[in-house]
Amino acid sequence: MKTKLTLPLAALVAIVAAGSTVQAQQLSGAGATFPAPLYQRWGAEYSKLHPSVQVNYQSVGSGAGVKNFTAGVVDFGASDAAMTDAEIAKVANGVVLIPATAGEIVYAYNLPGVESLNLSREAMAGIYLGKVTKWNDPLIAKDNAGVTLPNLPIQASYRSDGSGTTFVFTQHLSAISPEFADQIGADKSVTFPVGVGGKGNEGVTALVQQAPGAVGYVEYGYAKNNGLKMANLQNKSGNFVSPNLENAAATLANVVMPENLRVWPVDPEGPNDYPIVSFTWLLLNKKYKDAAKVKALKEFVAWGLTDGQKFSEELGYVPLPAPVVEKAQAALATVQ
Amino acid sequence: MSAQIPETPPITEVRVGPDIFRVLCWLASASAVAVLGWIIFEIVAEAYPAISKFGLGFLTSSAWVPNRENFGVLPFIVGTAASSFIAILLAFPLGLAIAIFLSENFLPPPVRQLIRFVVEMLAAIPSVVYGLWGIFVVIPLVREFGNWAVVNLPGVPLLSGPAYGNSMLTASLVLALMILPTITAISRNSLTAVPKTLREGAYALGATRWEAILGVILPTAAPGVVAATILALGRAMGETMAVAMLIGNSSRLSWSLLSPGGTLAGLLANQFGEADGLQVSALMYAALILVVITLGVNLIGEVVLRYTQKQTAGIR
Repeated sequence: MKTKLTLPLAALVAIVAAGSTVQAQQLSGAGATFPAPLYQRWGAEYSKLHPSVQVNYQSVGSGAGVKNFTAGVVDFGASDAAMTDAEIAKVANGVVLIPATAGEIVYAYNLPGVESLNLSREAMAGIYLGKVTKWNDPLIAKDNAGVTLPNLPIQASYRSDGSGTTFVFTQHLSAISPEFADQIGADKSVTFPVGVGGKGNEGVTALVQQAPGAVGYVEYGYAKNNGLKMANLQNKSGNFVSPNLENAAATLANVVMPENLRVWPVDPEGPNDYPIVSFTWLLLNKKYKDAAKVKALKEFVAWGLTDGQKFSEELGYVPLPAPVVEKAQAALATVQ
Repeated sequence: MSAQIPETPPITEVRVGPDIFRVLCWLASASAVAVLGWIIFEIVAEAYPAISKFGLGFLTSSAWVPNRENFGVLPFIVGTAASSFIAILLAFPLGLAIAIFLSENFLPPPVRQLIRFVVEMLAAIPSVVYGLWGIFVVIPLVREFGNWAVVNLPGVPLLSGPAYGNSMLTASLVLALMILPTITAISRNSLTAVPKTLREGAYALGATRWEAILGVILPTAAPGVVAATILALGRAMGETMAVAMLIGNSSRLSWSLLSPGGTLAGLLANQFGEADGLQVSALMYAALILVVITLGVNLIGEVVLRYTQKQTAGIR
């Protein structure tokens, strides 16, 4: 009887002892919805390797992420629009911007029978300005020789909620079309003169999926997972570039990173650069009070920048190029 | 008079129980009023920057351009009013007809119970499910109809193209279905509450079934039917999720039912998450307008209800 009892008892003591020495370290983050699947995957995978660390990331939107981070209610924030200098100035403990992954925004379209579509810069802006209203418009047809474009009205679809995706998208269109910059401008939430709005990437995806003649801007991952066709977009060099990860990587490789790591390849110049690509950032404080927490946080982010990048591709994100990773690591090292 | 009626004891002793109960009731009703006041105060306080900047022009301007800090909600007020009005227009006759059908003896009681149960179950379906159903069922139908109407009914401003699936019409149709159980259930209750003597009296005077329904039963139940309609209107105006999923969320004014539109509730749901600065104030101002409109509708409803009660008092 006695021997039977001691074994479980010993096990119990061991568990209690282990529990007291390795206290679970909670890391909480909040922000952008676009990279949320990746960050949540990172959290899950990292906890498998380091059971003592638990990462809880809430996808509440870039704007809310910046607010929560500024208020200090989360350990790290995340934003597709980074943070403006004015926003950074409000954070007492300072801000370190860490590019964590990148994504591309595609023109997803629904045209039965049209397997490949080229959109010139003029057409890209014209569709959302309401100037190009039919698919067989000469402006679209001239770049699609050999493709029979239907006489269908174009249903331009946009995000009805405020979104980093809209910010990056309108920023590019404003750069390539002065008329777009003048009439619509670039922001997280703008007002288009045509089209119909859906809530979230999934809302726009549904709009495109459903209506023949629809086109919408969504993240690459959403378009890919839902089997939407994506247009080849004309870049600054005049080439029509398909939105595969290789071309997005080409864009990122040509980006010159500034000191604060906040940069958008607004209108990339390389011959194979896909035109609408953006980093998304983790927001860290320069100084943290809790030494154990900052150690765990830095280790987690460092892991995400290296090993974590291999999850990017399957989830539809663009892995960071090596020079960017180096700079991000250097920035991470300044966090105390 | 030998049967003893016990005298009511004089109220002299201290009755703690009822007093506590009375105080609790007072507190409960006062807190309901206080919460409403508090909500309105908070909204006004948050909205103040937008109120002082745009004033009443906010109501008549149709520009909602967050990146240029230019805000006006006319399209959303029109959209809220139009979508709920069309929904009532569709749901009222249908709901009332179902209520009459279920309250008279057209069907054997078990079948009546079954239909009543099914119609009332419509109210239990979550809003987001209506939205999804609308996306997959109503939108394709409306798009087909729209494309047909644009070609075959030219010159009708309400049906002018280009036709969209996500449109005012789609949102109104789904709203109509969502408010149908409200209209049916409350109307049916007030129809069954019509005293039996009135029915029998009507038939005794030689009224046919339709004469009895239209001449006696419906007028008697009118206050309940009015109340049902107003409750339904209130629900349609405040409905957020399903509408935001279906209406197309545009801030352009259009006569066409086949064009996308927007509602105040949908605007709030869409833009609050990522708003900052003046946009938050403008959204709060829009929320204030929505509160004022729905309170106004309820007040009007109360007045109409009292009026019809007075008018029909003679026959009840």
